[in-house]
Amino acid sequence: MSDHHHDHDHDHPHDPVGRAGEPAAAARVRALEDLLVEKGVLTHEEVRARIDWLVSRTPAHGARLVARAWIDPAFKERALDDARMAALELGLDPGEAPQVIALENTPDVHHMVVCTLCSCYPKALLGPPPDWYKSLPYRSRAVSDPRGVLEEFGLELDDDVEVRVVDSTADIRYIVIPERPAGTDELDEGELAAIVTRDSMIGVAQPSTVH
Amino acid sequence: MTFAAGDGVRVAERPHTGHHRTPGYLKGKAGRIARVHGTFTNPETRAYGEDGNPRLRLYLVEFDGSDVWPASTRSDHVYADLFEHWLEPVS
Repeated sequence: MSDHHHDHDHDHPHDPVGRAGEPAAAARVRALEDLLVEKGVLTHEEVRARIDWLVSRTPAHGARLVARAWIDPAFKERALDDARMAALELGLDPGEAPQVIALENTPDVHHMVVCTLCSCYPKALLGPPPDWYKSLPYRSRAVSDPRGVLEEFGLELDDDVEVRVVDSTADIRYIVIPERPAGTDELDEGELAAIVTRDSMIGVAQPSTVH
Repeated sequence: MTFAAGDGVRVAERPHTGHHRTPGYLKGKAGRIARVHGTFTNPETRAYGEDGNPRLRLYLVEFDGSDVWPASTRSDHVYADLFEHWLEPVS
C-alpha cells in the first residue's frame, strides 16, 4: 500500500461519494452494474440516463390520461383498447412497454394491478413504483386476499362489487381509470387531473375527494 | 394451439428451470381467455441474451378467484398475461 500517495497517513480505502452506509442490496446492484459495464453489456451513462428518465416521470402523466377519459367517452374507449395510443394522443410518453391497457373501474367492477413475479408497473405514466408495490406482502396478498389488502389501504368495497386483480406477468402494462367521484361536474380537466392519485391508478384507492 | 376470447384453458402444471413468466400459483388452474394480446418475444430465451424469437402469442386469462384461492369469493377474478405454450385447451 505504499506505492501511491495519500495526503494523510493510513492505508484503508475511502468510501466513494454516496456509498457510506449503503445497504447490502444497493452494494449488490452496484457490483452487478460494474460487472455489466466491464463486460460491455451497458454503460454507466446508460444507467444514469435511465434513472434520470425514471425520476422525471410522475403520476401527473397518468392523471392527465384519466381526466381526459372522464370527460371524453370516445377517448376512454380508445384508452381501454390501447392506452399507449391514447397517451400519445395527449402528447404523453407511454414508455417502452409495447402495449399499455387501461382498466375502467365502475360501480360494479373494481380493478387492482399487481406484479406477483417482480414489479412491472406503467412507469412512464406513473413514475417509479412505490416500495409497497414491490414488497412481497403486496405481491402475494394482492392475489390471495385482494379485499383484505384493499381494506388495509382504507378501501372497503361492497360485497356485490366484483374485484378483478390483474397480475401483469408479461409485456403489457396496466393503468386503472378510477371511478369519477360524485360532485365533480364543475371541475375542468386540469382540476380533475389534480384529484387523480397514484394509488387510484394502481387500483388500491379512490381518487382524492379533497380539492 | 391458438385460442380465442372465451376459450377454456388450463395452465400447464410443469416445472421450468430458469426464467419464465408463468406464476406458480396459476399452474394447473383452469380459466378463460379474456383477451388476445398479439405476439411478443419469448422472455424465457430473452432472459439469457437471445432475441426472443420466434415470437409467441400472449393472452390475458381470467380465473375465478375461488379456483385460485379457496378463501376468495366467487365474484372476484384474477387475471394474468400468459404465453400460449403454457396453455392447454379445456373443453
